[in-house]
Amino acid sequence: MSAKQGRAGVIALLTALVAFTAVEALILAGALNLYWQQIICLAGIVTISALGLNLIYGYTGQFSLGHAAFYGIGAYTAALVTRSIGGRSPVGLLLGLAAGALLAGLTALLIGLPILRLKSDYLGIATLGFGIIVKVLLDNSDAVIPAMGGSRGMSAIPKLTSFVWVFPLALLAVVVLRNIVYSGIGRALKSVREDELAAEAVGIDSTRYKTLGFVIGCMFAGVAGGLYAHLFTFLHPSNFDFLKSIDVLLVVVLGGLGSISGTIVAAVAWTFLLEGLRIVLPPAVQDWRWVIYPLLLIIFMLVRPGGIFAGTEFRFLRPRK
Amino acid sequence: MLLSVNDLAVDYGAIRALHCVSFEVNEGEIVTLVGANGAGKSTTLRAISGLLKPSSGEIAFEGRRIGGIAGHQVVKLGIAHVPEGRQPFAYLTVRENLLLGAYNRPQAESGAAMERVFKSFPRLKERLGQTAGTLSGGELQMLAMGRGLMARPKLLMLDEPSMGLSPILVREIFDIIREINRQGTAILLVEQNAFMALQVAQRAYVLETGRVVLAGPAAELLRDPKVKAAYLGE
Repeated sequence: MSAKQGRAGVIALLTALVAFTAVEALILAGALNLYWQQIICLAGIVTISALGLNLIYGYTGQFSLGHAAFYGIGAYTAALVTRSIGGRSPVGLLLGLAAGALLAGLTALLIGLPILRLKSDYLGIATLGFGIIVKVLLDNSDAVIPAMGGSRGMSAIPKLTSFVWVFPLALLAVVVLRNIVYSGIGRALKSVREDELAAEAVGIDSTRYKTLGFVIGCMFAGVAGGLYAHLFTFLHPSNFDFLKSIDVLLVVVLGGLGSISGTIVAAVAWTFLLEGLRIVLPPAVQDWRWVIYPLLLIIFMLVRPGGIFAGTEFRFLRPRK
Repeated sequence: MLLSVNDLAVDYGAIRALHCVSFEVNEGEIVTLVGANGAGKSTTLRAISGLLKPSSGEIAFEGRRIGGIAGHQVVKLGIAHVPEGRQPFAYLTVRENLLLGAYNRPQAESGAAMERVFKSFPRLKERLGQTAGTLSGGELQMLAMGRGLMARPKLLMLDEPSMGLSPILVREIFDIIREINRQGTAILLVEQNAFMALQVAQRAYVLETGRVVLAGPAAELLRDPKVKAAYLGE
């Protein structure tokens, strides 16, 4: 690791620590009300989920429109685990998150093996179909597991997610993703994105790497879903329909495909923009949020089609030379 | 014998692209397949490297049947395919492209392998940090060949290395092919530029619409009146 880049990494970690302490201090001092705490946490959760999709789409080149399904699988699984354990122990949340990530990853493996043979638009449609199936299953989940509540929603989930959980996990997601994409594995994933045939021709098992990228990315979504469940304490199947997959896709494309920095910035900006417009706009024109925000998207894509970061990174996230 | 292909047939859907192609490559040899567009040269290479499944026939490498096994496994056996059109990983750097070539080799070797590649292609060293998409046609060909060599193959298969290059660059590339061969790598060369290919190869096969129609020492084919008329423009 070059000295300059190493120093950038240390500075970044220190900055993260300071930011974490500052926000946590504000929360403890009561300067940030519950509403704002929730939004800050949501920004972190969206970051984790979007980093996963960036691994799938941005780095491995597999177009998925079903990300919210894995987010939902993680959310419901984690909620079932903490509810069955009972109490409000952090260990329960940890177990729940792990179970959510595992089940999301396992599901991704099972559906990935057959559908990852498809390419681009066709893969998009297949993952979209899977997302709809998951939504329908969630709508009718109470027939099998009454606690999941079906279309009435799942309630009485302990509120365990807080900034103390979200921030370190988001940081961990960034570090894990960075180490994947700049390793030999990451190179193989990117080669599959660039040219699958050429990847096979240099000896890369493209099926294996597509599946690997997909499974890890979906596990990120699973963890994010688990955090989401314990932040809002109520889950409804409509929180995980395909429009939610589009939201994550927007964040990834907006930030820049194949850029970790871009995903972080876009996830935070997107979450705060939606809420910010709610505050800025007078009540009478609240509904215009859904006009203003798509307009911003269109303008943004015209001005900067490669996304905010367009394939570049903050220095501390760049690979060593 | 390093590679032997017997009665190979390949279909694209309902269309038969190769009928009964047979040839062989010995250790240390340069063998060329020449022929016009659509003769089945690239199809033959793709079948050998596992990118296409043969419909019938047999491919053996070092005495082992390899017909129909997956592309990424063929590389491990020691066959590197430098595809037509070079197929670089355009958004990755030259360095990353080369490292991907050594994907199945121990990581500790990659530095030495890269130095060897730079000996043949010093220009790649200057371009190490550039993305492959920004290279010129000649440099891309060098990169594609360098990527193939990174796997330290026993057999290097080159598909149309001269395509789209200036005469000077073509000569340069063919000199390098000779040099790579001199260091012990067998080469299977597919070319439309029959004149250059027959000069560099020891043996040659002429393909026409999916069949081998002529075979023999390259020097003889170079003098053959039929070959001259059909491929050398005389």
